[in-house]
Parts: sequence; structure tokens; C-alpha cells
Amino acid sequence: MDPENTLTINGNILPFSPGETILDVAREHDIDIPTLCHLKDATPTGECRICVVEVEGARSLLTACTAPAGNGMVVYTESHKVVESRKMLLKLLLASGNHNCAARGSDDRDWTRFQLDVHADDSSPELCPTWGDCRLQDLAYRYQVTGEQFPRTDVPYPMETVNPFIVRDFSRCIKCGRCIQACCDVQVNNAISFGYRGADAKVVAAGDRPLKDSDCVFCGECVQACPVAALVEKDVRYHVRPWETKKVRTTCSYCGVGCQLYLHVKDGRVVKVTGVEDVAPNYGSLCVKGRFGFNFIASPDRLTTPLIKENGEFREASWDEALDKVAENFTRIKNDHGPDAFGVLTSARISNEENYIAQKFTRAVLKTNSVDHCARL
Amino acid sequence: MAGLAAAFGSGAMTNTIADIEEAEVILITGSNTTENHPVISSFVKRAVKFRGARLILADPRRIKIAAFAHKWLRQNLGTDVAWINGMMHVIIKEDLHDKTFVEERTEGFEELKAMVEKFTPEYVEEITGIPAQDIVDAARMYASAEKASILYCMGITQHITGTDNVKSLANLAMLCGNMGIRGGGVNPLRGQNNVQGACDMGGLPNVYTAYQPVNNPDNVAKMEKAWGVTGMSDKVGLKVTDMIPKAHGGELKSLYIIGENPLVSDPDLNHAEASIKNLDFLVVQDIFMTETAQLADVVLPSACFAEKDGTFSNTERRVQQIRKAVEPPGEAWDDWKITCEIAKRMGYTMDYADSEAIFREITEVTPSYAGLSYDRIDVEGLHWPCPTPDHPGTPILHSTQFPKGKGTFHAIDFIPPAERADDDYPMYLTTGRVLYQYHTGTMTRKTDGLNERAPGSFVEISPQDADKFDIEDGATVTVASRRGEIQAQVQISDKAVTGTVFIPFHYAEAAANKLTNAALDPVSGIPEYKVCAVRVSKAA
Ligand code: SF4
Ligand code: SF4
Ligand code: SF4
Repeated sequence: MDPENTLTINGNILPFSPGETILDVAREHDIDIPTLCHLKDATPTGECRICVVEVEGARSLLTACTAPAGNGMVVYTESHKVVESRKMLLKLLLASGNHNCAARGSDDRDWTRFQLDVHADDSSPELCPTWGDCRLQDLAYRYQVTGEQFPRTDVPYPMETVNPFIVRDFSRCIKCGRCIQACCDVQVNNAISFGYRGADAKVVAAGDRPLKDSDCVFCGECVQACPVAALVEKDVRYHVRPWETKKVRTTCSYCGVGCQLYLHVKDGRVVKVTGVEDVAPNYGSLCVKGRFGFNFIASPDRLTTPLIKENGEFREASWDEALDKVAENFTRIKNDHGPDAFGVLTSARISNEENYIAQKFTRAVLKTNSVDHCARL
Repeated sequence: MAGLAAAFGSGAMTNTIADIEEAEVILITGSNTTENHPVISSFVKRAVKFRGARLILADPRRIKIAAFAHKWLRQNLGTDVAWINGMMHVIIKEDLHDKTFVEERTEGFEELKAMVEKFTPEYVEEITGIPAQDIVDAARMYASAEKASILYCMGITQHITGTDNVKSLANLAMLCGNMGIRGGGVNPLRGQNNVQGACDMGGLPNVYTAYQPVNNPDNVAKMEKAWGVTGMSDKVGLKVTDMIPKAHGGELKSLYIIGENPLVSDPDLNHAEASIKNLDFLVVQDIFMTETAQLADVVLPSACFAEKDGTFSNTERRVQQIRKAVEPPGEAWDDWKITCEIAKRMGYTMDYADSEAIFREITEVTPSYAGLSYDRIDVEGLHWPCPTPDHPGTPILHSTQFPKGKGTFHAIDFIPPAERADDDYPMYLTTGRVLYQYHTGTMTRKTDGLNERAPGSFVEISPQDADKFDIEDGATVTVASRRGEIQAQVQISDKAVTGTVFIPFHYAEAAANKLTNAALDPVSGIPEYKVCAVRVSKAA
């Protein structure tokens, strides 16, 4: 090992490449340093300070996401000082705004009062919409803290529900800035930024207008990036809990980018879509169609049975009857008029396997090469 | 894709999507990237914002990506060959081309040079309306880059000169040695999710899988053997754009349409509808009762992408898996199973356990897919060509040689669009997509949120034209061409360029394609969706 570029984390001597941060080195070696604001591939901001670590000889704790790894550094990621600091940060975060999950109020003696408050805040009888799927809640459990030590600060901004896709709940925003990085550094839609100062800070779209009146294109990158319940898909909010769904990885069926995505399935229906992080071609990003355009799958207008037209009207038919009818007519036309009487249109929307079968059928059975598809680009 | 195939011997995106971020200069033309390929547009925007790439945009409309462009060329519709020739004129005249690349990797340079001779910036300004100095600046900017990427989409191909436009872009890229390197290339962005796959799989009248020509007796023999049949045709079949007129004339008796809705997407819809009604027997296989399915004799219900296993090939030639997540509704079946059942009833057995079994057969007859398997593409898809099981795939094409050996420069003259504006039809119409809808809308229009953002057809018109024709924002107008008329709401927008209106083609009830021109590119068979002459008037 080149002694020039090594540092010690929790007693392990580890190599690093110049330019890497302490967090980069730790992650490469499966050492878990918790983060809230850190967004992969975007410039680290050090905003949330959850990733602080103790470095021998340093006067204060350093944020691992911004501190460059240095030769001979000795780093502790879970020292007493570090843990105390994280606990304090978490308590403050839990107390700022509406973090009414069990993490904040579980040992509150007045449980009824607590529940009533939750209902009033959310106008819903349910727990926080991302309960069980929240980075802040996870960390509160991990470090065993609640927000009760500090008085709760109320957030003056009402929830924004006026667009079809995303609910913005400012009372749960921890101002980590991940959404802003997702929007401005990853998607580069430049729709949102921090507005106002100090305690009034808020993530705003141009001139503090609703998203629907801004440059927002509803790609949902910010929703996927938000670690808490401040940004949630409208249709998912309170309806879908992570433990109720199964995720199936697949490829988007809209444009030619072929984004990799997860379909979240609940009771046999697709209820939510997220991008698959870390793999090509989209590395987690999606657009509005891929993320929100899945309702057609379970549309009541889907065709569910073969149909045969009789006297100008469709009637339902069995597969056998419909397929026989098709085969008979194809055979008749082939016998009477030859293969040149046929055309087959296959599709840019069906799979490779199905396209292959369609052209094989055209060529080997109908005996013509008249197979094409409509989209020529 | 005929244009790229002619130049290089292969007609697909030459580089990868991720590659775009490495380009020093990006030239986008005929692609409203932020709306049609949103995720690709992020790669472009990141390259410009964080990596200092320079963006040249050639597009008459003030599309969103224009805000990122360093040089924005607003050409008159249908004049692409002229501005590209103009750039090459400047590059050759100022001796900025890559002589080594031209010498070693290409042929036809002298002819090209002679052709672009007359395309002086001043002459090009006359044709295209682009100021001469902008042509010079854009040419120098493109030629100055070590690696420059060209991205284009239907704005380039949907013209009678579509093939010429593509060849011209290929000329430009080869002239500056931008082929076969990271961050370079000529990159067509595919509109629909699996156009690439449909073409790769031989969903074309002239080729089997992997573009093996059907009129080559060796190929016919090979496929007959693989499929266990005899008597296959060695004649190139009909293109979709030939099928419709033949149906009209009565020679074509039957169409089997799988997952397409030509009654919204075809040019000159009124004619297409009459043609389809003239068929003896029409079978439509789809997930919805589309406008086309309404006319069918038999409609067969199929499963959608979320309900089946299989593969799609994306615009960068990456073969990726789709996986079944939910059950299909009612009795709907996978498309392949339906086709196989019809084949069986016609006396030919096509029997597969699942889509993976079909994929294995594909790899046996498709050289560029031969090394692929579901296992290999499980986590991350691979780029074809991938000829053997240990081949890593080919992210960048043509790095040492073109499939046809040398790349060919095509000397191409400018031809004006088929239809010109005149006194009766004084405006140009161009068509395209919007972000919130997809193709003919059969899928996107089922999501309320998407409809709320883009509820209905509209005519985008510039403030100047709105003044001239005394039209108010939101008013309903009639847009008429020589082929038909539709009504739609006016959106006055500074995206529009004066003299031209834009209508999206997603909406069946006001189908823009009732107006468009079925004049075809002679090689690719792509209709001229992008230019036709219209008249806009207040609806009575
Ligand atoms: S949805 Fe996309 S565009 Fe809108 S704010 Fe979020 S990241 Fe930005
Ligand atoms: S909305 Fe979410 S991602 Fe954005 S700053 Fe607030 S907590 Fe962070
Ligand atoms: S998510 Fe959007 S950009 Fe990605 S493949 Fe789907 S439609 Fe294309």
C-alpha cells in the first residue's frame, strides 16, 4: 500500500485517491457514515451536518461529505463526540416542524392529544405519509432520540396541493437542499431554490409560486431525493406504504431513452414508480411520463377480451373463435390473392421478442416481406 | 435511418447517452430534447452547466433548450441541407477539417468539397434566413472541438429530404473526425421506446434481424433453414407508406396491425382512413380500442409492458429487460403468444415456453445479438453489436472502421420543401410532441394528471402572426391545408417563429395529421410531417 495516500478510519488503514472526501473513502469500504443532505454526483453542501466525524488534531468535528481525505488522517465515525453531535442535530430537526411520527412523540404521556394533533395537522387519520420510509425517522431510531426536549417550532407555510403530481408539505421540510440539487444539478430544470432567510427559509419555485406556475416539469427527481415527507407523490400520499408493495425492476415504455425504473405494486396494481439509482442509462432520473404516466396500465378502458365485428358492431368472443376466424381469413386471402395481398404492422412499443415473432410470422407463414412499423424514428 | 446506413453502413446512434456529457461541443437539431427525451436533455444541460460544453442549436422554435445554447440558428423550415452545407463550406475554406480522418477513413471528399463550394454563408443566409455570420461562428465552434456530438430527431427526418438531411449531418461529423470517439458521433434520438428494437428485429420490409437484406439468396436460405420453411420471398416488401395507397387501390386485401394506431399517426389521415376501410380483412391487436381498432374485423387484446417479460433496445442500442409486475386485464395475452396461435392455426408451429426462449432463437439468427442472454443483461443492459458470449458489447460504433469500410461523403444539393406557402395557404405548419403526452396519446391520455397539464390540442402561433390575423389567445380557430381542416385552441407563444404554426399530433379529435403532407422521402419512406402550408382563421 502506498503510504502516501492512506488514512485511518475507526482503526482501519485505508487507501484513497487524491480528491476523494472522507465520505467517499468510507463508502468505498462499507463504513456507514449517515447522511441526509448528501446527493450522489452533486457537489456536497455540508448543509445538514449529520455526517460529522472526529478527526484527530482537528479543532472541531468535520463534515465527511466535504472534508477531503488527507494523508495520515485518523478518523472516528461513531465516537462519543460524534454521536452526541448527531443526537443534538436530530433532536433539533425533529422539533422543527411537523415530525409527528412515533420518533417524536412515542413517550408522550398524552397519546390521545398527540394523535388528535396529528390528525389536525395532516387532515388525515393516518401517520406521516412516509412513516417507515424516512431517513430522519431511521436516524432517530438509530440514535434513539425524540424531538421532545425542544419546543416545536411551527412552520408558517401551508401545504401545496394544487398540482396533479406532487404534494409539498413545508411543515416536514428539513431544508437539506437535496431537492434543489436534484432539480438544478441533476435534471438542470432550475425550477426551485432556497428563498427567505434564517428560520423562514423555504424551498421556493420562481417568486414563491406553486410548482404548476413555475418552470417545474414534474420530473419528480426532487421527490425521489427528498429524505422525509416534505415531497411526496400525490397519489401515493397515505395510500401506499412501503411495506405493502413489491418492487419490480423494468424499462420505461415511453421514449427511446429506456430509463430503468421500479414499478411498485400493491394488490396487483402499479401504484408508484421510481428510478433505479446507479445504473445506465438514467442513473435514477425519470421524466413526468415515466414517473407519473402509469395509470393506463389499470385503465378500465383496456381491452380484456377478443372482439369480432358483426353487422358493424363488436361482440365479445372466445380466444378460440377469434383466432380461428383470423386464421381462416388469412388462409382464404392467401389462397385467393397470394402473399402480396398482406401487410403486417408491427410496433415500436412491443418487445424485441414480439417484433421478432411478428416478422417471422409475416415471412415464414404469410410468405411476404411486407412487414413494417409506423415510427420510422 | 437510411441516411446513416448509406454514410457508415449502420444506422443507429453511434455513441452512448452518457457520452454526451463528455462532448466539448453539442449540436442539436430537429429535436425538442427537453420535451421528447427529457432524461437525455439533462445530460446535455449538465454538460453545458458543469463541464463547459458549448451548445449549438438549429431549430426555428424557441424550445426550452434554446436557453442553454451558445449559438442558436433559426433556419426556415425544410432548409437543413443548406445550413449544414454552409457550415462545411466554412470549415473547408478555413481549413478546419480533420485531414487525417478524411484521408484515412473516408471517401468522396472531393465531390463534397465541390458541392459545398457554392454554399457561401451569404447564399445560405438567403435560403435559410440564418445570418451569414452565425453560420461562420457555428462552423468554427463545431470544428474547434476535439470531440463534438450531434443529436437529432424527427425534425430532421420527417421531410422529403430527410435522408439527405441525415447524410449531411454524417458528412459534417466525418469532416471533423468526430466519429468513433467518446463524446462524438451522430446520434439519432429514437422517439418511441423500442423503435430501435423493432428495426433490429427485422420489423422492416427489406431486412431480417440485424439488417440482413431479404433480397440476398444466402440470407433467405439461412432463414428458411432456421425456421424450417421453404418458399420465402426474396422480394423487398411494402413499406407502411406503400401499404396505405395499395389498400386504397384494392391490391392489398388484409392488414394485421399490432400495437400501432396509424389512424392518428399517419400523414394525410383522411386518405388513410378511406384506405383502411377498403380492406377485405383487418385485424388489430392492441391494449386499447384505438381509432384504428374501431375499423377492425377482429380485435385481439394484448398485455402491456408491465404485464410481461421481454427486452427493449433503447436509442443507444442498449438491450434491456422488461419484467412482469402485474397480471394482464381480463383475458389479454402477450403479443407473441397471440401471433404464435394464429401461425399454429395456419399450419405452422411456433411454440415457445416463454419470451426467453424466443430471445435464445433471436441470438441464433442475429449476429449483433449473438452474445446476449437474459442473464448477461439482468443488472445493466449491453450495447449491440455483441457477437459472442464474452464480448463486452459496443458502446461506441466505428472506432476503427465503418462496417462498409470507408465512410462515404455524399455531395448533396439543396431541394426546397414539397409544399410552399402561397396566397391561399400563407403559413407553414409543423407538428411534434409535447412533454406530457406520448405519440397518439393512447397511453398518456389515461393519466388524469398528464391530461391536466396538457389537456387538448392547440395551435401555437407567434404574437406577430396573432396580431396580423387578429387572433386572440385561447380562441378556437380553424386550421386548413389542401388536405383537410381541424379546429383547435390558440396558444400565443414566443416559442413560435413568425410565419409558422405548431400543432402537437397526440390528439385524435383534432388530429394534426389530417393536415400534413403525405409526400415521402424517396429512400426512407418517411412522410413530410414537418412542413406543410396552411391557413388559420377564426372558427365560424
Ligand atoms: S419535479 Fe423536477 S422540475 Fe419540478 S421541482 Fe422537482 S426536480 Fe424540479
Ligand atoms: S423538500 Fe425535502 S429534499 Fe427539499 S429541502 Fe426539504 S427535506 Fe430536503
Ligand atoms: S422516463 Fe421519460 S425519459 Fe425516461 S424512458 Fe421514460 S419517457 Fe423516456
